[in-house]
Amino acid sequence: MGKPMRRSLLLSAALPAVAALALAGCASEADTTAGSSSPSPSTSADCSPETLQTLTPGTLTVATDSPAYPPYFEDNDPSNGEGFESAVAYAVAEQLGFSQDQVTWITEPFNKSYAPGAKDFDFDINQISITPKRQKAVDFSEGYYTVNQAVVALEDSPIANATTLAELQSARLGAQVGTTSLDFITEQIQPTQEPMVYNDTNDAKSALENGQIDAIVVDLPTAYYVTAAEFDNAKIVGQFAAQEGGEEFGLLMAKGSPLVQCVNQALTSLKDSGQLQEIQDTWLVGEDAPYFTE
Amino acid sequence: MTTPAEAPLEAPGIPYVDPHRRQLSRRRARRDGIVASLSTVVAFAVLAYLVTSSPGWPKVQETFFNLDEALAAWPSLVKAFALNIKIFLVAEFFILILSLLIALGRGLRAPVALPVRILCTMYVDFFRGVPTILVILLLGFGVPALQLKGVTNSPVVWGTVALILSYTAYVAEVYRAGIESIHPSQRAAARSLGLSSMQTTRYVVLPQAVRRVTPPLLNDFIALQKETALVSLLGPIEVLRAAQISASSNFNYTAYVVAALFFVAITLPLTRFTDWLQRKDTRRRMAGAV
Repeated sequence: MGKPMRRSLLLSAALPAVAALALAGCASEADTTAGSSSPSPSTSADCSPETLQTLTPGTLTVATDSPAYPPYFEDNDPSNGEGFESAVAYAVAEQLGFSQDQVTWITEPFNKSYAPGAKDFDFDINQISITPKRQKAVDFSEGYYTVNQAVVALEDSPIANATTLAELQSARLGAQVGTTSLDFITEQIQPTQEPMVYNDTNDAKSALENGQIDAIVVDLPTAYYVTAAEFDNAKIVGQFAAQEGGEEFGLLMAKGSPLVQCVNQALTSLKDSGQLQEIQDTWLVGEDAPYFTE
Repeated sequence: MTTPAEAPLEAPGIPYVDPHRRQLSRRRARRDGIVASLSTVVAFAVLAYLVTSSPGWPKVQETFFNLDEALAAWPSLVKAFALNIKIFLVAEFFILILSLLIALGRGLRAPVALPVRILCTMYVDFFRGVPTILVILLLGFGVPALQLKGVTNSPVVWGTVALILSYTAYVAEVYRAGIESIHPSQRAAARSLGLSSMQTTRYVVLPQAVRRVTPPLLNDFIALQKETALVSLLGPIEVLRAAQISASSNFNYTAYVVAALFFVAITLPLTRFTDWLQRKDTRRRMAGAV
């Protein structure tokens, strides 16, 4: 009777060890991949496809979320060069010395873009606002667009003719989750009713059409787009003057990415040459919406 | 070490066991206990070491287990979780009643009740087949789009209705399984005592059936508790959405971990209760078999 007992003893003692071995296997594997894909930041400002430490040598991998909405992208196809952010991405790539066919697009959900660990893109362009808190987790390029927030309502909405912040406070407002529009509602407008929060602008638009909310808060280019192309009976009630320093969209990169310096150089020369302004004028046009007063 | 031959051994109902064998089996039980605890401690220690010594751990700790972020998100999460609980309680109340009616409707055998049976079956087939998330989206955005006079367009109301519709279908099947598990002889005996068909169902079949399916019923309610998070798709800020808002504005996932703990904290007592019921039920049914 000693025999079976010893076997079970042995077995139970071996189990944790086996588990440990298996896990150690995983850990060391993760270790090597993490090591190889996060090279030390380059100090040189030599920015050419040959020297740039991109994810895949000779290729610039650019990420954005899907669906990619106008006016930032057209036809949900980032690689066609149409739409503001698609054009900016290709302009940055060109400045860095990458030709059109050396740019690869991947889909990166916004929620995943700031996850710790190795990134599967060189930079992510997805209307991501630069904030100090976010900068603790990722690196941003300099801003490529200064954005204002705007209020969109149906023409027969009770707040369709609001001109002041105070008039908006009693409204039922909605925004897309993860956007600074939502922060804007809670921090600047401070409505009396809790805002509604949607997965994407399409859901927010449905809720607006159904009368579940009185207005949505979106960035101004989106406001121009939805009022012009997607609603028959909606209008921009107004826009908000930019906050101190302005809210800027930046390219999101891994913390400590070796590309930050070069990408910033590229953006600077695009700004200096006026090319960035040209891209903006091509894709983000709209009549001037009135500003809200305090 | 106590002497093996003590009073309980001779108590009626407990078979006599050779004192020597009893001592041996006690010793073995003790040894098994020590081995089991040691093995558990070692396994968890190794796991903890491997996780915390991994190269990415500091970053993961910062992003998922950040105390400052947790404290900052806490008030908004607590406030949002109240909505989950409200939805759950209202939905559960209606589900318990409606699903029993559906299950009974499916069990009707009278020829005249055929349409009821068909309707109940269609109901279950449809709502059990369609993902809950779709029912929520269709009702929450679809019904208000009809612009019906006098019908609410509240997303919380329609989200809750969607959960009720979906879960009633699951729970009705659980009830039906319970009802059908009662041996026909029970019904025959009750009828021969002079009980009507309705009385038989009410006093003989249902009490046994409900007791039998209590664990799976509670199981469905635990699932329902978690699915309340889906109502956030329609706009209201429940706990998962509150966590998402915190995560995306700070680029830190800690609020998700806190929200997960909220759900565990509320489902854990229910889970243990279900386990306990299941054990009790097994013991009761196995009585005499072992």
